[in-house]
Amino acid sequence: MSDVTAASPPPARPEFERPVTAPIGLGDVARPLSLGERLSGNATLRRALILIGIAIVWELYARFLDNPLTFPTFLETLAALRDGILSGVIPLRLAVTLETLVIGYAIGLAVAALLTTIAVTTRLGTDLLSTFTAMFNPLPAIALLPLALLWFGLGRPSLIFVIVHSVLWAVALNMHSGFLAVSQTLRMAGRTFGLSGLRLVFGILIPAAFPAILAGLKIGWAFAWRTLIAAELVFGVSSGQGGLG
Amino acid sequence: MSDAQAMIDAVTPAPESPLLRVDGVTLQYKTPEHLVTATYRVSVDIHRTDRLVLLGPSGCGKSTLLKAIAGFLRPVEGTITLKGHPVTGPGPDRMMVFQEFDQLLPWKTVAGNVAYPMTVNGVPTAEAMARAREAIAKVNLTPFVDAYPHMLSGGMKQRVAIARAMAMRPDVLLMDEPYAALDALTRRKMQDELLQLWQEIRFTLVFVTHAIEEAVVIGSRIVVLSPHPGQVRAELNSTLGQSDREGAQFQRLTARISHMLFDGEAAAHEPGPPARDASAGRR
Repeated sequence: MSDVTAASPPPARPEFERPVTAPIGLGDVARPLSLGERLSGNATLRRALILIGIAIVWELYARFLDNPLTFPTFLETLAALRDGILSGVIPLRLAVTLETLVIGYAIGLAVAALLTTIAVTTRLGTDLLSTFTAMFNPLPAIALLPLALLWFGLGRPSLIFVIVHSVLWAVALNMHSGFLAVSQTLRMAGRTFGLSGLRLVFGILIPAAFPAILAGLKIGWAFAWRTLIAAELVFGVSSGQGGLG
Repeated sequence: MSDAQAMIDAVTPAPESPLLRVDGVTLQYKTPEHLVTATYRVSVDIHRTDRLVLLGPSGCGKSTLLKAIAGFLRPVEGTITLKGHPVTGPGPDRMMVFQEFDQLLPWKTVAGNVAYPMTVNGVPTAEAMARAREAIAKVNLTPFVDAYPHMLSGGMKQRVAIARAMAMRPDVLLMDEPYAALDALTRRKMQDELLQLWQEIRFTLVFVTHAIEEAVVIGSRIVVLSPHPGQVRAELNSTLGQSDREGAQFQRLTARISHMLFDGEAAAHEPGPPARDASAGRR
């Protein structure tokens, strides 16, 4: 503190110029990592170890309980899965479930893309989309199942309806906020190239908003699974073409 | 060199009529609370191979005027005509270089960025790539043709934007404070490069800036705008370049402009580089 407040001027120093030399003898520029360092840096390996740990704990605890009805051991569960696959029951059900899932997901995405396109091109569309997402996004799709059963009867159409509902709003919301986040400069640059309307959407907006769109697709996929599993739990078996649930 | 020749060929006919005419243009835009009048009855003629600089303090509507020339904004009053046709919307005959670095498409390489406007406008891909490489060579970025924008420095991004605009061979190149976000050393280098490019190709340039020195170096004709709302205060000629910076003529011209901009009130307190240079001159 005292040397800062001291008012004496800095000492007089001579000026100099010197040529710049190449840096030599700085030591290692790059060194290969040891095997241990590389293995501990591998995320897949670390996660596999966690899974193996869980399986061991599961097996030990189930053996300790010794009650196959409420808590079968890990090995027994694996064997049941193998039998199910070999007998052809699980692949069949899986196919039914996946088909329903993919149909619902695809319809949801198509409608979301349509709504978002309208929303980015017109102001009325923006208002419509934000009102709809505010109303329907918080509504759990499974709560619509009773209504869907009344409208479409027991069977696949009802399942698809609830899946579309669960996918649509989450994806549309993400896509739209992704489009809104595209910088004004980039839009203007696109327009000086002579792009407008759909060409601007496909040439500039969709690629620029792609990270947000991808996030929306992932969320939509997860929502579709959840809804499907819940819906199949309720009436999957009774509808006659039972899926996994 | 082939596109330089093409530019010169395109330049020759009808030298007397202006290429771009801004005639009595009043511009207004809406903010959430106000209707702002940005320019009031501004008239400017831009001839081929002009390096016209729109100079003025913030609030003089120079950027708004440039956006209107680009076609993003319709005049409330007056007309903007390019080669006799009124400007109705943005188009590739008036390519624009923006101040912001995010004007490049981040998912395309340098070459892809430069070629994109051409392919969008129907130039065959092979020809577009060839023209893109040529334009990239002109801005000295050949080693970076396959780099993505996020790997480039700010000055390099602006060079790519300039190459992208030039490769399109627009009638007018519009530049909206393109060097304002660069550091002083890079800015000076970019100014030199732009002038050198102009020496080669002789394009028509409309350049917006608020820096008096930049206006004098870049411009062959300087339009001084007064603020709130923007009106033409003066049109001046400049033949001075980077090497004249220290000369008396340069000092006289900058002093004259700053006098105009600040209407006599304390021209010495001008916030641009000359004032800073003077104060930095302590031993």
